[in-house]
Amino acid sequence: MKILVCICPVPDTTTKVAFSDNNTHFNTQGVTFIINPYDEWYSLVRALELKEAGVATAVHLVTVGKADAEPVIRKALALGGDEAIRIDTDSNDTYAVAAQIAEYAKTDGYDLVLCGKESIDYNNGTVGAMVAELLDMNYLGFAAKIDIAGGTATVTREIEGGEETDACSLPLVISCQKGVAEARIPNMRGIMAARTKPLKVVAPAAVDTVSTIVGYELPPAKTGVKMISADNMDELVNLLHTEAKVI
Amino acid sequence: MSVLVLVEHSQGVFKKKSLEAVQYAAHVAKELGTSVTAVAVGNVDNAAMQGLGAYGANKVLHTTESRLENFNSRAYTKVMLAAAQKESAKVIVGLHDTVGKAVSPRLAARLKAGMVAGAVGYPDLSKGFVVKKNVFSGKAFAFVNVTSDVKVITLMPNTFQVVKGEGSATVENLDIAFDDKDFSIQVKEVSKASGSVPLSEAELVVSGGRGLKGPENWHVLEGLAKELGAALACSRPVADSHWRPHHEHVGQTGGTIRPNLYIAVGISGAIQHLAGVNGSKTIVVINKDAEAPFFSAANYGVLGDALEVIPKLTEAVKRFKANH
Repeated sequence: MKILVCICPVPDTTTKVAFSDNNTHFNTQGVTFIINPYDEWYSLVRALELKEAGVATAVHLVTVGKADAEPVIRKALALGGDEAIRIDTDSNDTYAVAAQIAEYAKTDGYDLVLCGKESIDYNNGTVGAMVAELLDMNYLGFAAKIDIAGGTATVTREIEGGEETDACSLPLVISCQKGVAEARIPNMRGIMAARTKPLKVVAPAAVDTVSTIVGYELPPAKTGVKMISADNMDELVNLLHTEAKVI
Repeated sequence: MSVLVLVEHSQGVFKKKSLEAVQYAAHVAKELGTSVTAVAVGNVDNAAMQGLGAYGANKVLHTTESRLENFNSRAYTKVMLAAAQKESAKVIVGLHDTVGKAVSPRLAARLKAGMVAGAVGYPDLSKGFVVKKNVFSGKAFAFVNVTSDVKVITLMPNTFQVVKGEGSATVENLDIAFDDKDFSIQVKEVSKASGSVPLSEAELVVSGGRGLKGPENWHVLEGLAKELGAALACSRPVADSHWRPHHEHVGQTGGTIRPNLYIAVGISGAIQHLAGVNGSKTIVVINKDAEAPFFSAANYGVLGDALEVIPKLTEAVKRFKANH
């Protein structure tokens, strides 16, 4: 069984977000890029566990991005995985990203495609379901637990107002969140090995871009906190009712 | 031409966030000079569907098929594709929840439609089809211009106030020829929390951090939440220490919420936590550390130990409720 893990480079979670060129571009100056936590902690680590358990025969990593995405994909390879594929194009259009991954996946027959439930930068959470549609596969979103045996995945996942456990035969696309696996730290051996693992650069497929980001905005700053004495909770409740009008 | 909207119900009662989505669709339809068709799936009676007219739906397409009872993105996508074709849909609205996040992208991929996931504003047609959405987990907003003929939007719940108007929608059956393949996911077990408000839909949220000192103290927070009718949330360290279940974790790597009121108790307010909650309309911070960064993101602040302040606040809420 072959697993394809989708990896998205994102700004570090401590990044103070700023924009340039009249608020039309995300300012990457001084920003450290990391592997999207949902992709790393959950989907990649679970894929590695499945390989270590002898369930998966190969784990490939794929990312859509220009050469500057390579340090992040090397970091992912340091955790594990047999090879990485970088589709050489840049896009913030979620359809275009999904279509590139799907086109690549078609060329190499994967049984399982794993991705994070969303990337922490654009928060779309759309790529997994789009890839599933483009590959005509089933999709299980928001997995908290994944087991695979005899070509069937058993997945416990979040649904509206609760949890559901499903069984579904492969091939399948799953998006992962907390619970699927525990975060790992790459060791020196992994980091050394990652340097020599194959990182294939493939030309992008001809895919239409159907949306573009035309501007950004920062949320309005809070006007200042009103401090209330801990001995006067009636005043707080009163303010929430009369001033904030939320209760 | 029409604006299509997928509506969700719980045992025949349409969810508030779906009424919000219908209202959103009606606004878009008015701008485009067209009508709204809602799509309802499963066991729901005619009166409830006609009632969607009060929120702006002109028509409801209803499909009943027992196998649709458990949500499955492939079958639901088939329903929406059939409806989109029948109604020549130009804009397809869903919710940015576990249903919408699975169906809408499939639909967009199939229709090669540009998509805005997590919209927090109406489309601005003066500049094309530009929609504001959350990015960087609430640290910023982006304006996305959708350039395809058909547009797909998932709306962030609790973005607009729901106002009931007049009107009644017509109801039509939508017949779909399903394949066995559409239902190849076998549902083994479903567990739904009963009675409590799901965190993502809650208007009031009470959230705890390490300042509560341990899981044994959570009943104090639960008492306040119960009195307010609020949902419970927590910070990442609390979920990581297994004091509380993971699904209660809000922040950049947990859930993103935008309730009307967010009360943060014993949470310092790291940038990652703020990211998940700064869409909240009003923030109250209770912390014993005057230097806690959360105070500068709050509307109201109380300096004090969580375990001493919370019972006082709970009592004050009780007194307020007795008088209102």
